[in-house]
Amino acid sequence: MSDVHPPRLSWRRLRALTVKETRQLLRDKSNLMVGLFLPFVLILVFGYGLSFDITNAPVAIVSQDTSPTAKDVVSGFHLSPYFTVTQLNSMAEAQSLMRAGKVEAIVYLQSDFSRRLAASDATIQVLVNGVDANRARVLEGFAQGAIAQWSNKRAVSGASMAPAPAVRLETRLWFNEANTSTHFLVPGLIVLIMTLNGALLTSLVMAREWERGTLESLFVTPINTGELIASKLIPYFGVGLAGLTMCLLAGKFMFFVPIRGSLLLIVLISMLYLLVSLSLGLLISAATKNQFLASQIALITSFLPALMLSGFIFDLRSVPAIVRAISTVLPPTYYVEALQTLFLAGNVPGLLIKDTAVLLTAAVVLFVLIRINTKKQLV
Amino acid sequence: MNAADDFIVRGDNLTKRFERPKLDPVTALNRVSFGARPGALIALVGPDGAGKTTLLRLTAGLMRADEGTLTVLGLDAAKQPQAIQDRISYMPQRFGLYEDLSVQENLDLYADLHGVGPEQRAERYPRLMEMTALAPFLDRLAGKLSGGMKQKLGLACTLVRSPELLLLDEPTVGVDPLSRRELWDIVSGLVENEGLSVIVSTSYMDEAERCAHVVVLHEGNVLANGTPKELMSRATGHSFLAMSQRETPARKLQADLIDRPDVIDAVPHGGQVRVVLGDREPLSLQDVTFEPTPPILEDSLMMLLRHKTDEQPAANAALELSKKASQDHSEVVIEVHDLVRKFGDFTAVNRTSFEVKRGEVFGLLGPNGAGKTTTFRMLCGLLPATSGTLKVAGADLRRARAEARQNIGYVAQKFSLYGDISVLENLQFFAGAYGLRNSRAAQRIEWALDNFELKERVTSTAGSLPGGFQRRLAMAAALLHEPAIVFLDEPTSGADPLARREFWRRIGSLADHGTTIVVTTHFMEEAEYCDRIMIQDAGTMLAIGTPEEVRRQAGSGGEPAHSMEDAFIGIVEQARERAQRQDHAA
Amino acid sequence: MNATLHRIAILIRKELIAILKDPRSRLVLVMPVVLQSLLFGYAATFDLNEVPYALLDTDRSNASTQFVTLLDGSGVFDRVANLSSAKEIGETIGKKRALLVIHLPADFERNIISGRGGVVQVIADGRNSNTGNVAASYVTAAVDRFNAQWNELRGGPTPALRIETRAWYNPNLETRWAMIPSLIGALSMLQVLMLSALSVAREREQGTFDQLLVTPLRPTEIMVGKAVPPILIGLVQSSIIFLIARFWFGIPFQGSLFTLYSGLLLFTTAAVGIGLALSAFSKTMQQAMLYTFVLLMPMMLLSGLTSAISNMPPAMQYLTYANPLRYAIDLVRRVYLEGASFGYLLHDMWPLVVIALVTLPAAVWLFRHRLV
Repeated sequence: MSDVHPPRLSWRRLRALTVKETRQLLRDKSNLMVGLFLPFVLILVFGYGLSFDITNAPVAIVSQDTSPTAKDVVSGFHLSPYFTVTQLNSMAEAQSLMRAGKVEAIVYLQSDFSRRLAASDATIQVLVNGVDANRARVLEGFAQGAIAQWSNKRAVSGASMAPAPAVRLETRLWFNEANTSTHFLVPGLIVLIMTLNGALLTSLVMAREWERGTLESLFVTPINTGELIASKLIPYFGVGLAGLTMCLLAGKFMFFVPIRGSLLLIVLISMLYLLVSLSLGLLISAATKNQFLASQIALITSFLPALMLSGFIFDLRSVPAIVRAISTVLPPTYYVEALQTLFLAGNVPGLLIKDTAVLLTAAVVLFVLIRINTKKQLV
Repeated sequence: MNAADDFIVRGDNLTKRFERPKLDPVTALNRVSFGARPGALIALVGPDGAGKTTLLRLTAGLMRADEGTLTVLGLDAAKQPQAIQDRISYMPQRFGLYEDLSVQENLDLYADLHGVGPEQRAERYPRLMEMTALAPFLDRLAGKLSGGMKQKLGLACTLVRSPELLLLDEPTVGVDPLSRRELWDIVSGLVENEGLSVIVSTSYMDEAERCAHVVVLHEGNVLANGTPKELMSRATGHSFLAMSQRETPARKLQADLIDRPDVIDAVPHGGQVRVVLGDREPLSLQDVTFEPTPPILEDSLMMLLRHKTDEQPAANAALELSKKASQDHSEVVIEVHDLVRKFGDFTAVNRTSFEVKRGEVFGLLGPNGAGKTTTFRMLCGLLPATSGTLKVAGADLRRARAEARQNIGYVAQKFSLYGDISVLENLQFFAGAYGLRNSRAAQRIEWALDNFELKERVTSTAGSLPGGFQRRLAMAAALLHEPAIVFLDEPTSGADPLARREFWRRIGSLADHGTTIVVTTHFMEEAEYCDRIMIQDAGTMLAIGTPEEVRRQAGSGGEPAHSMEDAFIGIVEQARERAQRQDHAA
Repeated sequence: MNATLHRIAILIRKELIAILKDPRSRLVLVMPVVLQSLLFGYAATFDLNEVPYALLDTDRSNASTQFVTLLDGSGVFDRVANLSSAKEIGETIGKKRALLVIHLPADFERNIISGRGGVVQVIADGRNSNTGNVAASYVTAAVDRFNAQWNELRGGPTPALRIETRAWYNPNLETRWAMIPSLIGALSMLQVLMLSALSVAREREQGTFDQLLVTPLRPTEIMVGKAVPPILIGLVQSSIIFLIARFWFGIPFQGSLFTLYSGLLLFTTAAVGIGLALSAFSKTMQQAMLYTFVLLMPMMLLSGLTSAISNMPPAMQYLTYANPLRYAIDLVRRVYLEGASFGYLLHDMWPLVVIALVTLPAAVWLFRHRLV
């Protein structure tokens, strides 16, 4: 539009619009539910519910050998914190338990286990339910570990069964020495909540004004589109910050996630991402002008990719190039990287500068797109 | 501003087209030229789809014309919409209120947006409150206001500062006569005392008559343009009051007259029938006398439309109906006794009792928020009564078996058919829902398409239809199963004069064939089409009887009130005064 | 009875037309499901095809070279850097240049030959501890292979005990095998829940629900008519994902289609029940949508989709009993991968029936008793 005097930003109008938006936000309980209650639920779910750490996996041990040696192997499993052992006498029984989903693995000792062991020809079979492959692999490792521990003990007492290994492995998991998944889930949770607050809530706001016809009278006032956009972002920005605070407090005091980087940087980069995510929601809202469509698109373009494609749960190193390319253009990918680094690794300037630059670019692009999609005109 | 040009708004050859997917574009405005002088009230009138809203939106800078030039306050509307918007106020059809904000918050928002400072507010607010009488409701959410109050609040929001031009888009749709009168008093006060310029679109011709200048639009073209006097003069000598010498009710006489090709228009009025004739000579009909009467604006509008389209106002509107087996017109089909409905401590309907007989047209009148819709919803079994008894076709529909609902048809106030499926699919659905099958369903759908002139729109989605078609479709869907009783909640709200004539012609033929009709309306002259009416206010029944009886009840010194509108306002105001006196006494 | 069926059929027909008429909404029903199952099918894996590592070989001996050759020949390990001092480790991991640093200390060969045993030090990036652990386990496998080779070469004694591991149902232990069948339930639930949650709320908001209530349709008939279309759409979506799993990703289907679809039918009905109850409870579409989200997220996360339910603390596990997706994922995985028959799946099926039997009547009651 070639307006002769482009209206300047007026603080009074911006404040009035923001107050209006905040009131509407606070009056609708369902907004607060998504903005504040849902983060609370998700904190609990993530902190307590989601875990990749296996304990007490149900395992059947079939041992027909009554010798003390065999019993010794079995007791090794009993002692392990990873397993809950059911001891059985027949393989058929064990297999039917596995089929029924009652046990996740079977450890099988032959009836002549101790005799064969003496003859250096013993085998222990470990069968795992491979459906959840990740879990299966870890269980296999735990089972091997339990057996290895037993054989080491035996080796100490002089009865060597295997040649000493030529090479041993010493593994250290940097940034997460305790090896608990909570430590990487909590930063991921913040990403989800920022995405949710941003995209989902704002995806409704502009569409709602279109649907209810209120924009028509708002347009015939001196407001400019910049004020309109800003007034829609500010209150939800506040809700997002409230969510962020909740997550940080929960991370620190409930789940004891270390914060190795600067807290200030965490807050700043979260604000930047929040801006990106709010703008995405607003863009969807402005472009669709329809609440239903907007929320569907917001869900598909923001929440699910943040969960699945950001590298927060699933590593992106092994996905096909095209999928990786998609994840490279998604802002959450960079936010996840930055947060995991800031929480667990510390301030790593090179990485953080890249992440910030990408998020900043995304924010600017989205802003421009919103401006283009919000004209003070009908049709 | 050009000195020679003292128009505040001036449009030349304005054309605006809207693209439609898969269809030809609609031409909303076709080379429209008009002008508005400062300090005057200008009315835009015309039937549905005339282009009134589009013209207002162009003026407000919300849209750009495809062709032509439009100058508002000396500025080019296409090039400087913001500069115009800084100086005008506009109230869209849906008022543009935030329903989840309170009255005060809505006012403050617009005051802030227009940059109205505290001193100006201190001066302005009390005046707005005085004008709109909204002061007691400042803390109420706008969504909880009645239609009339919403509309006054909408107006107040546009008047928080002094605009140089005020645009109002159908400000009185769905608003009762009392609120309508108050709104117009406010607007004309502003014009007279402050020299405000106002452009208003309306489908009420009595409102247009109060304006300095009237622009008649029809399908995007200007049909006429002039002062109300100039326009009315076209009908001079054509207007008559007809009266039957026999005891034929006005509604019957009106139906007979309007079907005649030599009659341009006929509406019941104060027990007589107001007719506009093609010739300046009265008709010679047996037992009917014609008295000449001064024309009103509506008469000339009807003449203009007849010249333009050469169609009779309610042509083909009479429905083809089969006679019902039972023709006992004394049978009581709706019985309501001491009906009460409370929402919390608010009484929406208070001890209401009435009866409706078979084949009767029963009108429910009352200001916004009087409890008409609540009464309706209870009758249809959508809402349980707090106390009292009601019987519709012998049963309380809330408790009766689902089949009892076969007897009723219901047309809600708001268009409530499925907007995203086609006209035909809607009819098929409702036919099926009422248990009509195969050939019977096909036959009834055919009947509906024919009688409601929906044929050429069968494949359009219902939501994309113009308002007039939607109203016809809603009524058609409610009549598919030939219900014995039909409920219509404000069926003519927002309808143009032509559509309203058609509607009442259809209602008349239904009643003649034994269908009972219960209807609410805000057009008081339409109450004359009813056999009996009831006036409600604040949940309480104030008057009941034939239109004649009600007018008499409201009249003074044995003379019945001149028109139904006067009668209505009289009765409601008397009741409100009584209630106030009792409040003071208590 | 006949009249009832006719009315229900009419309502179903109308609902289907309303949902499917608009080509855009048809697209919305199919495209996201296809795209998401492809995307997530590829993305949602814990397996690593490529482990970028940095080598810090301070030994530079025959043995160390042999170990590195073994790593580089495995096809999984990708050497991205050769470090010259331990000081560089911090930056390499911190900046995510490599997932692992493999350090072979100066006495690596000497210790092997002397019989004390050499040490391979692995430093893994634990920011995603899951990935770190998986990568480390790959090094363990490499070390095992190296040991076996070394032992063979030196003619050492064969071990007295062998451990044989075998994985049932998923012999190569591919995480994708569990993930994609789970999507059959998870992705279809997303839209089924949305569709049903909006169906009544939309009619309420647009005023058509009153119009429906004044027809002879009974609340139960309305419920059935409203429930069937999303169930059908859910089943179609499930079928699309099933076909993608079976033919695109080539995951062998072990069970019977009848069992699979019986389970899916129960699951979709339970999900629709939840959606309709929410819908009947909501005043506006917006509320219905937001309530659905509030419910949807925990349901997705606590379903066993991304992390196993048995890892959760008991209190959380009890909560999952009300989550239909939990049963669906277990059921689909077991029918699909394990070929489990009806008898083995009853414990997944009856809770779904209970959920449907609670939510659907609740929706019916709310139709008439929720005053708006």
